Amino acid sequence: MRYAHKFLEEHMEAPLLSVRQLTVDFNTDAGNFRAVDGLTFDIPKGKTVALVGESGSGKSVTAQAILQILSKKARITGGSIVFNDPANGAAIDIAALQPESDAMHALRGGRIAMIFQEPMTSLSPLHTIGNQISEALMIHSDVDQAAANQRTMEVLARVGFPDPKRALKSYPFELSGGLRQRAMIAMALITRPVLLIADEPTTALDVTTQAQILDLIKELQGETGMSVLLITHDLGVVANVADEVVVMYRGRVMEAGSRENIFRNAQHPYLQALMRAVPRFAMAENERLTPIREVTSATLTSAAAPERIQPKGPILKAEHLTKCFTLRSGWFSGNTQEIRAVSEVDLSLPIGKTLGLVGESGCGKTTVSKMIMRALTPNSGRVLFDDGTGPKDVHKLEGDALTTYRRSVQFIFQDPFSSLNPRMTVYELLTEPLRIYNIGTSDERYARVKQLLDMVGLDHRALRRYPHSFSGGQRQRLGIARALALEPRVLLCDEPVSALDVSVQAQVLNLLKDLQSALGLSYLFVSHNLAVVDYIADTIAVMCRGYIVEEAPKSSLFRNPVHPYTQALLAAVPDPDIDRPLDFAKLRSGRFSQPSEWPEPFRIAPGEFGVMKEIEPGHKVRVGHLTAREAA
Amino acid sequence: MIRFLLRRFVTMAVTLLIISALVFFIIKLPPGDFLSNQIAELRAQGESASIAKAEFLIKQYGLDKPAWQQYLVWIGVMPGPNGFSGLLQGDWGWSFEYDKPVVDVIGDALWLTLLVNLAVVIFIHVVSIPIAIYSATRQYSVGDYLATFIGYIGLATPSFLLALIMLYYMNRWFGISIGGLYDAQYAGEPWTWAKTQSLLSHLVVPTVVIGLGGTAAMIRRMRANLLDELGKQYYVTAKAKGLDPTRALLKYPFRMSLNPFIADIGNLLPHLVSGSVLVSLVLSLPTVGPILLSALKSQDQFLAGFILMFVALLTVVGMLISDLLLAWLDPRIRMGGGR
Repeated sequence: MRYAHKFLEEHMEAPLLSVRQLTVDFNTDAGNFRAVDGLTFDIPKGKTVALVGESGSGKSVTAQAILQILSKKARITGGSIVFNDPANGAAIDIAALQPESDAMHALRGGRIAMIFQEPMTSLSPLHTIGNQISEALMIHSDVDQAAANQRTMEVLARVGFPDPKRALKSYPFELSGGLRQRAMIAMALITRPVLLIADEPTTALDVTTQAQILDLIKELQGETGMSVLLITHDLGVVANVADEVVVMYRGRVMEAGSRENIFRNAQHPYLQALMRAVPRFAMAENERLTPIREVTSATLTSAAAPERIQPKGPILKAEHLTKCFTLRSGWFSGNTQEIRAVSEVDLSLPIGKTLGLVGESGCGKTTVSKMIMRALTPNSGRVLFDDGTGPKDVHKLEGDALTTYRRSVQFIFQDPFSSLNPRMTVYELLTEPLRIYNIGTSDERYARVKQLLDMVGLDHRALRRYPHSFSGGQRQRLGIARALALEPRVLLCDEPVSALDVSVQAQVLNLLKDLQSALGLSYLFVSHNLAVVDYIADTIAVMCRGYIVEEAPKSSLFRNPVHPYTQALLAAVPDPDIDRPLDFAKLRSGRFSQPSEWPEPFRIAPGEFGVMKEIEPGHKVRVGHLTAREAA
Repeated sequence: MIRFLLRRFVTMAVTLLIISALVFFIIKLPPGDFLSNQIAELRAQGESASIAKAEFLIKQYGLDKPAWQQYLVWIGVMPGPNGFSGLLQGDWGWSFEYDKPVVDVIGDALWLTLLVNLAVVIFIHVVSIPIAIYSATRQYSVGDYLATFIGYIGLATPSFLLALIMLYYMNRWFGISIGGLYDAQYAGEPWTWAKTQSLLSHLVVPTVVIGLGGTAAMIRRMRANLLDELGKQYYVTAKAKGLDPTRALLKYPFRMSLNPFIADIGNLLPHLVSGSVLVSLVLSLPTVGPILLSALKSQDQFLAGFILMFVALLTVVGMLISDLLLAWLDPRIRMGGGR
């Protein structure tokens, strides 16, 4: 009896925040719509609740509604957001407060704090970190600047700044992405809030950094007992840090429950579909992702590669590519600094295959693809292209040969929003390559464009529309159609899906796969997402600090990663599978991307290149200088 | 920092040198000069005494020498009839039209010009910044449309027309006398309190007239800049901290949106001198604008040359000031970052 009573008491305890029947309406020129529609969920004390959904599902709007920082066009039109402050036991209905009332100002940033997705743009570039963090404290408590600075340094030290005193005077652009996000966290936590809203806190970060930030949030939660509302589209992140999961779709809750329940026993078809759309490591050899909305094409199955002479060797080959950049270290000083962005990179792309190039931001992967495209000239080394008449050095091509090369190698860009000219219709965009190369009459071009649109699964009625009227995924498919217009043989895909939602990502990845098998294309696929590369590539090369550190067929790379950097990278990817949690303790030690700090035999001393060593057929690892000499 | 400043000073000097050459030769391009035109006129009237004086001046200023020699003497790197005496030595030359040294012709006018235009610049900023903030934060509200509408009228009204209208009504309603920068009785008088008062009351009309077009343009640009910044994430962050909206606005987006205007100082300074010629003519303000116009028309070469050089100097100095200010205000520029 007493036990039952106690049980009830524990579980009847009011949650920190309970959202009931929340509706948020937008009034826009294009009409009104309901972004959040009768949303109901609770955030218990000290727990992490993950709000999951595609973009446009209303999860960010929900977060903004809780803080009352909705855009001017949005308004809370119904429901309640009851906040039970454990400090004084008072229950406040946030939805009933005026956005600019004193009560709301005190809650916002004081009791409920928020961190955002893009730490670069979330911090003002003109003010020091110290200024921006201490400001948060000074708004909410009565302290002077000196005391606030002292407290800021403590918080900065706690979130992992190596030198808090210096950080106080640093500007955001002087910090790496990971440190910026740590600064954001410090800013949110300096007022000791009881609820932290994290809106896609790690989406813009590299996997290893992401793991460290997630770890930090978890640790801080353990210390302060705060609750976390985590907004994300990444089910891998959810599986690793959430206690409870709320799945949203079009402003409604599709499914909610504990993490165990959601992952072991997904009920709602939407959630099941979402889970099937995410690439995982443990996928079977020929398993296909299932996008939430499948795109179909009538002509793709019958489309065939144009008859062409096939090269005997690889169609594209990079040999000892090296690229240095000269940095001017400051505006007022004339000092310059050499940075080696790419060191001795060898790659080879067989015809009809996909070579995946993986690495974290700044590792030089985009520089490599630009050199292959001949948008940058390497300092040494060469790029060989073989169109069936024997390999030729791309950087020595001139005249017609260069034109042919440019036609044969096309680029798909990362950002589908900025890579299409907003002032051109789809028809103009897709015929532009044909016009540049003077191919076909206008009737033929029209027919070709219709065929291209169908190949990427778009309706030909789209021809007269402008890019802004398409979604991100549709735009990326337009980008692919444009790249295909000239019947290229090689596509360089630079992070083609990293700006897309998981559901759309699956669509585009499947499309790329289908196009490859139908048209015999070869892909160089650059990405930071290992699971995506694993899904699409045949061979994977891992890049770090301008070096290829490991290269192998994908099966052996994931089965037997040898290089410490590859291992760290693999260990840091959150898997949407609660039986394979991240090993935070291992990732904490973290100096994986310093070639001089890799354990022997992988250590590469500054100024050296190391040597690629084959450890099994097709599986090569870069080792330091010493062992290479021993081997010789 | 010191190396940077040295480099800048050297480039500034080179720029000024090139400009001085251009200015001088363009002024010399039309055939003849002020004195030979005058001599021709005097010959026609047969006044030999004046002719003798004019010929003396021609000798004195070396107008009979080739143009490149005149140029070198003018800037002061070649000895003229009086030894080294040119711009570099602080000798601004002789105005033939006024028959006075350039320094006496321009002296007062230069300071009055700077005063009028400084008043204009302050007027523009004081009026347009609050209006711009108001219309940016309340985009598409009635107030925004009203400010926009008035702004367009300000842009579209020819300033000389507005000057005439305002002169008439100011005189009729407030009895402020027409034209000039002070009442006629103070002309040539030393500066007294009464003269200063007269100056201030005369400043109102020119300031409003000259400033109105600039105000309208400034409101539009400031509003557009602010709107861009208001959509930025860091402003949301500031609000999410609990900062009240006005303080958040002034500390973050407003500060960011100022950058283009600081970069504009370089253009603003020369505008102070040459910007208001038309209005100055209509209002008969004793400023540099009308003097420059007549000097150019009559080929009074040293006077015109000096005014143009002064404008050029203001431009280069203005650019330096705005660069230094930008570096001081924006750490991204100061530290050469901005990835």
